[in-house]
Formats: sequence, structure tokens, C-alpha cells
Amino acid sequence: MADVLTPPVPNEASASVPLKPLGKVLAVTSGKGGVGKTFVSANLAAALAKLGLRVLVLDADLGLANLDVVLNLYPKITLHDVFTGKAKLEEAIIRAPGGFSVLLAGSGMVEYSRLTPEVRDDFLRIMNGLTPHYDVVLLDTGAGISDVVLFAVSLASEVLVVATPEPTSLTDAYATIKVLVGQQKRQTIRMVINQTARLGDGRAITVQLQQVLDRFVATDPARPIKLVHMGDIPADPAVRQAIMRRQLLMQATPSCPAAMAISQLALKLEETVISRNR
Amino acid sequence: MTTCEHFLLCFIRSSPTLTVATQPSESPLELQQLRLDDARALLDHGMVVGLPPPEESPQAYLQGIIDGLCELSLKDPLTGLGNRRNFRAVQDRTIDGVARSGDPALLLMLDIDHFKQVNDTHGHPAGDKVLQAVAKSIASCVRPMDTVARYGGEEFAVVLPNCHTSFGATVAERIRATIETLVITISPNLTLKVTVSVGGAYAPEWVRSTAALWTERADVQLYRAKREGRNRVCLDHQQEIYVSAEEKNLLFGHLALGDPAWIENVSSEAPGGSASGAMQRVN
Repeated sequence: MADVLTPPVPNEASASVPLKPLGKVLAVTSGKGGVGKTFVSANLAAALAKLGLRVLVLDADLGLANLDVVLNLYPKITLHDVFTGKAKLEEAIIRAPGGFSVLLAGSGMVEYSRLTPEVRDDFLRIMNGLTPHYDVVLLDTGAGISDVVLFAVSLASEVLVVATPEPTSLTDAYATIKVLVGQQKRQTIRMVINQTARLGDGRAITVQLQQVLDRFVATDPARPIKLVHMGDIPADPAVRQAIMRRQLLMQATPSCPAAMAISQLALKLEETVISRNR
Repeated sequence: MTTCEHFLLCFIRSSPTLTVATQPSESPLELQQLRLDDARALLDHGMVVGLPPPEESPQAYLQGIIDGLCELSLKDPLTGLGNRRNFRAVQDRTIDGVARSGDPALLLMLDIDHFKQVNDTHGHPAGDKVLQAVAKSIASCVRPMDTVARYGGEEFAVVLPNCHTSFGATVAERIRATIETLVITISPNLTLKVTVSVGGAYAPEWVRSTAALWTERADVQLYRAKREGRNRVCLDHQQEIYVSAEEKNLLFGHLALGDPAWIENVSSEAPGGSASGAMQRVN
């Protein structure tokens, strides 16, 4: 893991300190872009907030995520100002329409997409400052498997991989899972299949991914890798409508099939992941 | 955008007279109105191929100047290799390719050992000859698809796309050994021999890394090679993330195998399909 996440410095010993995942932090990632990762993060946050949880969503793509676009929020103070010492952390946290908090990175963060030890330290410091104040922190990571994405995921206790039934998305999800298993030694990876056509599609896909993993990724029998199917979000015209109106689906049409599926996903996450850490 | 396109764009932006020429049928290009002398002088100095005569076809002439300048802007004048700008562009392109295809790519950083002594003892003209000979030697050791560039001073960089682990170590060693045996003639009664230290790192497969990070990883290996006594190759170990054709095949088993209804359902789902398009932008 240190190999990718740590910028190489001549003294390699100091660079490979393993990262300790923080509790209650859930990374939402996908491999492929355009599968609805930010859509899922934002609406899942709203659904979790509805369950009475204190939720924070963090743009862990450091300025390249479009959380601001999805939520229609353009704050003056962002994570970038916190990093550069211009503002305090609490000033950068804003209230999103769905009853949860958001920490946006700001476009200036792109310069941080090179992960120097300082950036990592800053990021860790911020995450440590955040977690005591929330029941769950969602990290909306970037597309692809970049250093920043892997670093962000390494901070999370749980990973939620969003995929669609399309072959390209499945390949990228599979590659992501391989990286996470290989580099971060993760055993449990949670799956959400977005835009499914029929009931049961997501489960079938998860089983398929699991079978290929079992066959091609050598693992310690004492530490098997487990893909956990957390839910499907059915293809639903209401999703497109909400996105085009730049509203949260959970607010625009809370009773449409996709919104119901996200509510169920939130409930399942609350039961299996979040309540354990509280 | 390729470097050439970028160059062309800047060129067009900076020459307002040229914008007329976008509709050649209406207003023919007036070469006399363009300030081409500086470009012409530059090309006469460092051009590889001659320009077509301007009176024959103004457009071909101008294209020749543009192509020549593009080429010039990517070349190191001393060695004829790619320059740092070229290297960066190739590196970025390769990183994109690696993230997309998962095909491994190798970056080698090479440094001539004790080059300062060559300069100090035999003078800079001798140093230049050594640089040229080493450059030629490196270029002869790699495939046409690979890019050899002068990184700066006596340091060279090689980008090898589509380079599997077993192959990378072989190439690096071939370069090192070739240069070790190279006899460089400086003057009739002076020949020199040099060695190189080579450091290399693979672009992590499937991972969209950055050019700077990749270079740093190769550089660390180069320093290691220097530290361990020079004239040697040190390679970073490879990240083994690779999705084989067999894996892909199995992944889509559910799509291809049993159920035609699956594919039908997915493709007939027009609203879902367009929603995915919308999400592409906001995700």
C-alpha cells in the first residue's frame, strides 16, 4: 500500500507507516466514473440523516468530485481554505438540503492531488477532528483508482463499491476490489449495484464478482475476501429528473423506486455497519 | 489535445491574419502579411526536412513551418532525443493508457556516472560528444514505440508503454550493458568509456497516478543504483493488478451466457440509459 500511497522518499522506512482506518468512516468508490457514485453518496447521506444520524459527506476527490454540482451548493469557504490555514474546519462545514453536513474541497485542492506526506498529515488531522462529531462520515471518492482515491479509502473502516451492470463498470469495480484487497488487505467490501433492470440482478452480479475473485485472487484461507451485497438501486426515470433539476432524489420524489431502494440501503448500513461503531 | 494541436492553436491565436484563411476559397492566404522570418530562421537552423517552396503552395509552406516548429519544440538540440516537454507529454499519455487498459508501463531514469569528471578533464565539447553517443546508444536499445528523452544535464528518461515485468528488467540491463561496452571517440587520439546508473519504476496498473509521482519513484531507484556503487540497474517492484481476458470473460458470464432477457432488459431501458448519461456529468 505504501508504495502507491506514499510519495517515495529516499528514507523508505519512515514512509511506510500503515494507516489506521478511522471508525464510522465509509468510503464510496467505484473504479469507473459515471456510475452514480456522487448521486449515491448524496442521497444515501440524506437517507441516513432521515434515520436520525448525524452525517457528513466529504468530497474526498479533493476538488474533482461534483458534489457541489449535485447539491447545488457553492460555499465561500472550503476544505482548501482549511488546508491553507485561511479558515477553521468548522467554518468550511455547511448544511446540505437533505439534513446532513457537507465538506467540499474547493477547486484549489487540485494542487493537492499529489499526495505529499504533508497533505496526508493534513488530511488525517482533519478526519480525526471530524469523526467525533458525526455518527457517520461518507467519503465521496473520485473516479478511477488514483493515489488520492486509495488514500481516502484507506482512511475508511468500510468501503462501498458502486457499480452498474455494464461490463465496463464491472471490470473497473473488479479491478478496484483487487487493488483494495491486495494493497489495503481488506476482507469485506460492500457492493451497491446502481441502475439495475430487474430484481435480483445486483445479487447475481455480486455473486459473479465473488466467484471471479475467489478464483483469481490468492488469499489466506484464514482471511477470506467477502463481497457483501448491500442493495440495488433500480433504473428509474425519476433519478434523471432529480439530477437535471439538481435536487436530491430523496427530497424530490421520496417514494419513487430508486429512492425507496436508497432508504433500504441506508437502513441496512445502519444495522450492519454504523450502529456497531457507535 | 496533443502538443502539436496546442501549438497550432497558440499559433492561430497569435496571428490574427491567419483567421481569414479558415475559408481558403474566399480569401487566399497572404504569406507576405505573416511574420514568418523568425520561424523560418529557426527552422533553417535546426530543421530535419526542407520546407516546400512558398510560391508553389502557401498552405503547404505554412503547414511545413508549423510542423517544423512542433518538431523543434519537442526535440533536444544536442542529442536529437525528445526534450523534457516531449517526455512530460508522453508520460501523461502513458499514465492515461495505464489507468484505462491496465497494461503495465515502465519508466527508466538514467544518469551517466561521474559525468562531471568528463567535462572537467576533457572539456565541454568532449562532454557533448559523450552525451550524443550515450543518447544514440540508449535509442538503439528500445522499441520504436518507446520514448527516449533527455531529462536534463546528463540525465535521460525512457518511457516504455506496454512493458511487462519480465521485459522491463531485460531492457534496462541491455541499455546498461550496451553503454558499458561503448567506446566513444572524442578525437583521433582520445577515446572515452562511461557507465550509466539506471533506476526504474512501473506505473501502477489501473491506478491513475501522477507524472511527478511516477518520476519520483523511478528517481528513488536511480539514487539507490548510485548509492549501491553505480553502473547498475535498480527497479521498483511491480504492483500486480491485472484483469486478464479470462477474468473479464467470467465477469460477464451472466451477460453472455444464459439469459437473452438480461441484455434485452438493459438495452430497452431507455430512461435508465439516459440517466446514466446525465450522471456521467455530475458524478
